[in-house]
Amino acid sequence: MIAYLIRRISYALPILVGVNLLTFALFFVVNTPDDMARMQLGIKRVSPEAIARWEQQHGYDKPLFLNSAAAGIDKITDTIFWQKSASMFVLDFGYSDDGRDISREIATRMWPSLSIALPTFLIGLIVYVSFALLMTLFRATALDMAGVSLCVFLMSVSGLFYIIGGQFLVSKLWHLVPISGYAGGLDSFKFVVLPILIGIAGSVGASSRWYRTIFLEEIGKDYVRTARAKGLSELRVLFTHVLKNAMIPILTGVVVVIPLLFMGSLLTESFFGIPGLGSYTIDAINAQDFSVVRAMVFLGSLLYIVGLILTDISYTMVDPRVRLS
Amino acid sequence: MADILSVSGLVTQLHNGIRIVDDISFNIRAGETFVLLGESGCGKSMTALSLLRLLPDGVTHTDSVAQLDGIALFGLREREMRDLRGGKMAMIFQEPGLSLNPVMTVGQQITEVLSLHQGLRGKTARNRCVELLNQVGIPDPARRVAEYPFQLSGGMKQRVMVAMALAGRPKLLIADEPTTALDVTIQAQVLQLLRDTQAENGMAMLLITHDLGVVAEMAHQVGVMYAGQIVEQASRARLFDQPLHPYTQKLFAALPDAAHRNQSLAAIPGSVPPLGSVMQGCRFAARCDRAWSLCREKTPGWTEVHTGHGVRCHLYQMQGAGNTVQEKQVRLSVPDVDAKPELHPEPGPSLLQVSDLRVHFPIRKGLLQRVVGQVKAVDGVTLDIPQGRTLALVGESGCGKTTLAKALLQLVPALSGRVQLAGQTLSGYVSREQRAAMQMVFQDPYASLNPKMRVAEILEEGMTALDIDSGSKARQSHIDSLLDQVGLARGAKWRYPHEFSGGQRQRIAIARALAVSPRLLICDEPTSALDVSVQAQILNLLKSLQQKFELGYLFITHNLAVVEYLAHEVCVMYLGRIVERGTAAEVLRSPMHPYTRALLSAVPRIDGANRDRIRLEGDLPSPANPPQGCHFSPRCAHATEQCRAHYPPLTRHSPTHSVSCYLHVEARVDDRVF
Amino acid sequence: MSFMPVFLWSDKLIFLILAVGIACVWYVRQLEHLLVPWRRVARNPTAMVSLLVLSLFVLVGLLDTLHYRAALPDRNDGETVYSPEVLSVFDKLVTPLRTQTEKTYSAPLAVTLYAKESVIDASGHVLREYPRLRFGGAGLTDVRQRDADIFRRGLTGALAGLAAGLLIALGSKRWLVKRKWPMRALLASTLVISVLIGATVNLAAAYHVLGTDKVGQDVLYLSLKSIRTGLIIGTVTTLVTLPLALFLGVAAGYFRGWVDDVIQYIYTVLSSIPSVLLIAAAVLMMQVTIDMHPGWFTTLASRADLRLVFLCLILGVTSWTGLCRLLRGETLKLREMEYIQAAQAFGVSPLRILMRHIMPNVMHIVLISLVMDFSGLVLAEAVLSYVGVGVDPSMISFGTMINAARLELGREPMVWWSLASAFGFMLALVLAANLFADAVRDAFDPRLNRTWEAE
Repeated sequence: MIAYLIRRISYALPILVGVNLLTFALFFVVNTPDDMARMQLGIKRVSPEAIARWEQQHGYDKPLFLNSAAAGIDKITDTIFWQKSASMFVLDFGYSDDGRDISREIATRMWPSLSIALPTFLIGLIVYVSFALLMTLFRATALDMAGVSLCVFLMSVSGLFYIIGGQFLVSKLWHLVPISGYAGGLDSFKFVVLPILIGIAGSVGASSRWYRTIFLEEIGKDYVRTARAKGLSELRVLFTHVLKNAMIPILTGVVVVIPLLFMGSLLTESFFGIPGLGSYTIDAINAQDFSVVRAMVFLGSLLYIVGLILTDISYTMVDPRVRLS
Repeated sequence: MADILSVSGLVTQLHNGIRIVDDISFNIRAGETFVLLGESGCGKSMTALSLLRLLPDGVTHTDSVAQLDGIALFGLREREMRDLRGGKMAMIFQEPGLSLNPVMTVGQQITEVLSLHQGLRGKTARNRCVELLNQVGIPDPARRVAEYPFQLSGGMKQRVMVAMALAGRPKLLIADEPTTALDVTIQAQVLQLLRDTQAENGMAMLLITHDLGVVAEMAHQVGVMYAGQIVEQASRARLFDQPLHPYTQKLFAALPDAAHRNQSLAAIPGSVPPLGSVMQGCRFAARCDRAWSLCREKTPGWTEVHTGHGVRCHLYQMQGAGNTVQEKQVRLSVPDVDAKPELHPEPGPSLLQVSDLRVHFPIRKGLLQRVVGQVKAVDGVTLDIPQGRTLALVGESGCGKTTLAKALLQLVPALSGRVQLAGQTLSGYVSREQRAAMQMVFQDPYASLNPKMRVAEILEEGMTALDIDSGSKARQSHIDSLLDQVGLARGAKWRYPHEFSGGQRQRIAIARALAVSPRLLICDEPTSALDVSVQAQILNLLKSLQQKFELGYLFITHNLAVVEYLAHEVCVMYLGRIVERGTAAEVLRSPMHPYTRALLSAVPRIDGANRDRIRLEGDLPSPANPPQGCHFSPRCAHATEQCRAHYPPLTRHSPTHSVSCYLHVEARVDDRVF
Repeated sequence: MSFMPVFLWSDKLIFLILAVGIACVWYVRQLEHLLVPWRRVARNPTAMVSLLVLSLFVLVGLLDTLHYRAALPDRNDGETVYSPEVLSVFDKLVTPLRTQTEKTYSAPLAVTLYAKESVIDASGHVLREYPRLRFGGAGLTDVRQRDADIFRRGLTGALAGLAAGLLIALGSKRWLVKRKWPMRALLASTLVISVLIGATVNLAAAYHVLGTDKVGQDVLYLSLKSIRTGLIIGTVTTLVTLPLALFLGVAAGYFRGWVDDVIQYIYTVLSSIPSVLLIAAAVLMMQVTIDMHPGWFTTLASRADLRLVFLCLILGVTSWTGLCRLLRGETLKLREMEYIQAAQAFGVSPLRILMRHIMPNVMHIVLISLVMDFSGLVLAEAVLSYVGVGVDPSMISFGTMINAARLELGREPMVWWSLASAFGFMLALVLAANLFADAVRDAFDPRLNRTWEAE
């Protein structure tokens, strides 16, 4: 088990290095730091001095990979790549354009993100799986047809409309909860309940349909026929046999996103004014704050890779073939 | 004894109106086995599933009657039906690997039945589980209870299925092709188990099979099914002695065996019609050489020719009983259609010589994927095939037969050894001539033809790749002649593989190989996916092609009847090595190696010859970790200390017969053949 | 010439897709076995109605793709001078919608602006009232005649549409019967659509059917213009994903070894970056590049257009990994098939095996994933544009419409029509695409294990 884990993690490292190199290339090679400085300072009439000053302030005045002017180890460490990109491996994300420590921002902002994303994920999972099980139980009947049609309809509506519609109905028309905002502690309930509900509703169509497909695939297998031939009721066949086997494909899709819950949702957070990582990212994109965007890209991949490792671990729990061989 | 199951007038329809089971009636008494015999797609499994009411989109007609132990099955509510399933009637299926739930332990799966039908829970249920596993012959049952299906071999899984079926103490056991997916030696074990179990608790058994050998071993009563109907029904003895229906007669005549070596087999032309396609007349009429106009117009009714021997055929309806002797004579006169003496009583010049061929696959493990072992799939094989002769390579699955074939074709790299084709050594690079000289016919006619290519394109592929008959006109006429040779209409070349039946597809596959005029044809179980009647067509074709073109065949098979019919020489392979070789007569008539003997004795025979049964215990070991010494020693009744320590040398006992076994080492060790 | 044809980058790509599409149709029509699954699609009423709706969208999109610059009336030394404004044939067809802009917001079918303004009447008094629109209902002398006029126009338009629909229906009936297409569903939807179009066209001649936006542009016009953007995002992206996924996936699966390792590494790296973030980062960088090089573009339209093409490129580069993984898996399975081994035994070259054996047998997966991805991409455009990393703000798209409109929900009286129109048009497009994709998947998926139909 430990060896298995070590192996998975050692597979993950090269991937992370690849992500790091890719983001570095994207942010520093496609456009030079000069371009970015000009972008920030306004395109017209920028003096070379101003550009140099800006680069110096942000630490972009170094060579990209190899500093031939420096001596010893500094040849490598005193470069943009080392200070801006490689440093992210130790979760040192540097400073944003307005001079704040990005790592600290992340540490404080991930909790509001989590307070919405985690309940959305958990309640959502239960709702989708139950809905899918219901459709599977009544497969090939009018109820199933209606369920699938509803799913297709729901998944054809843009996520933006769920948020706008939800805010309009619940907050503006019925005045049940505030339109947007956030508070710490118990007060946060009235702020998070709507985003959570909308988050669940937003993907009920696609998710339930996906789970239904998985269940239907399992239910066509031979061992289900064996279970029925034993005299088990359809409900028991569904809940003990089918559900247990369907857990394997379900986990593949589900566990991997759990770490990403920390990142929050861009849309939800920006619409509801939640001070989480999602709105942080959106603000950074709008302000063209590349340091923050770069940090979020790396953090996102890191969490995704953690998710992949968690997925592998979760397999050992549901699939004896992985656990025992 | 009383009837446990009585079925009359069972009709099952799909929602689209196709009758998949059409007017089936039979009875099974306690302690009796009723076999439904038939080729694939004739509705056997559908019948069984209709009785369990488990056909997902089938509707059973309301006037169908099935009584199990006095209970009318089709009158029950679903709840009551559930109590019967797994209880009074249990079923085991063809694919034990797929029929068990992969993520539940063996114990959990059996306990489900125990708690549902016997009310057993907790420790009592567990104990009963162990008892059941013990009863079906699973060694170390207390440990196996907690294991998952993937940890068991195929034969073990089927035993678990049997244990699960027995858990509800059924009055009726339905077994749907229970041994088709298993090797012969394992099949023998499972059939024995079923017989023993039946003898012990006197249950009735409905056995479904396509294998006349299994019928001969298992059946008390037999129903022969064709296209959704039972066409003939009798006791086993009567049916084997005096089959009445032309279809049954042809089935017997189509079986290959030594007696027909120099003759063509009596193949039934065409193939089984899809269920529901023939609604008028006799369903066999299109393939029957004795059908007349009435057969195509009117569906024949059921005629009881003797007591307990009925048939659905106009031949008997008209004349009644009395002419059966004549019928039998007709059957016997069928086989010798074009008997020809064999062209090569003596072996010709050598075509393929293989010496000490090894194919190993590395097993990688751990962080750095280090090579921790080798799967010795082929481990020092030596072969010689003369021109125009057939060498049969016999062995169970996993013994390395197919890997050997691929290594010969250079599809997998060999570790060492030498392959000579017509005197030229093959090594890595294969010239066009050498590729053309050696071709292969594969096992699965559905996987061996690209579904997206027309027949002409399929046949042309080899010619293009090997630059044969350039020029489209020459190619087209070559394709036409190929289709003629394998007995397909020329129009076939514009059609796609899915438009052909399994037998026709195998003909296309043979034509593809012939397109480049090979001298050696490697046939990897070319008939194992086909029905008996179609198998005979393909065997006839292969035989006539051999005579016509002096082809050498390397015939890979596990079907010993086919070997008897076709092969000149036989090699028996066990875990990557050849343990016995000789002429067909030598190996099959006087086998020397205990494994060969066990293999021969495990094959169910239709003549019901009373042989000394040699039952092999256990399964084929993994070629990654072969047993010390003689690979067969752990399963061999005669194994000695010496066998367990050293691999026995190959000793020669006649110019052609040699064996690798310490039992026969006294011959002349100094005269080691290879 | 009175106009100069303009081929924007996206236009060229659309024409390329069109050419490829027509070539595919021509090819498929030759081959019976390729037609079989399409016949199944053709017999599915839902699929065919969806296709009808989709083809209307495509028609609008295509008309909107034929771009030109009109000649200006004043010539410069005998040389024709062309307007810097790039127009499309669609713009020309609906000129009144494009040119008849109001001052600011007005509700659907309104004759006045949505809010009161100070108006100086003839006698010089300043009044607070709803000012009349310049074009919407301009023909009416009395505002109170509006309802009756709308009813009259709507009805005549609907009747004209019905008549046209009936003509089409009668004309195509025999054709449908011959092909065994679902006649009743297709004819009924044709009638409904013609009635809708008829009524809309007749009303649009005199009113702003879906109202106007902040700068007085007709919302119906904006919605129709958005269609092209959505279609481009949904289709041009596949031009990038398809070759990448197909070649890399098939190569990885067939060759295995280090080829497989490299390709797997590339797609794992790409797919491990959350796609929104990767797209955002790439779009930001593209934006910087575009801003740094203003000299690249002759017109505003070409600048917005290039941004759109780049967006497709970025979406493509970030979204090929899923299909690639699927194709790799399928190829791994296929390469063990016996017909591949038979080809290898003939010494057929790997490239030829890939082209003749593997590719044709994975095409159904490619097709299914393309039609399934289309609707996802259309939806993604809206979200990305909202986040600020989508199309150029000057480009009309569903995303920019929603973005502009959502801020106005807070106004009193509420401005809802822009949002509702975007919602309606998007839903129609995406729903039709989803339903069609489902039918295609059902028809092509071999796992559904259909026996081949002989017809």
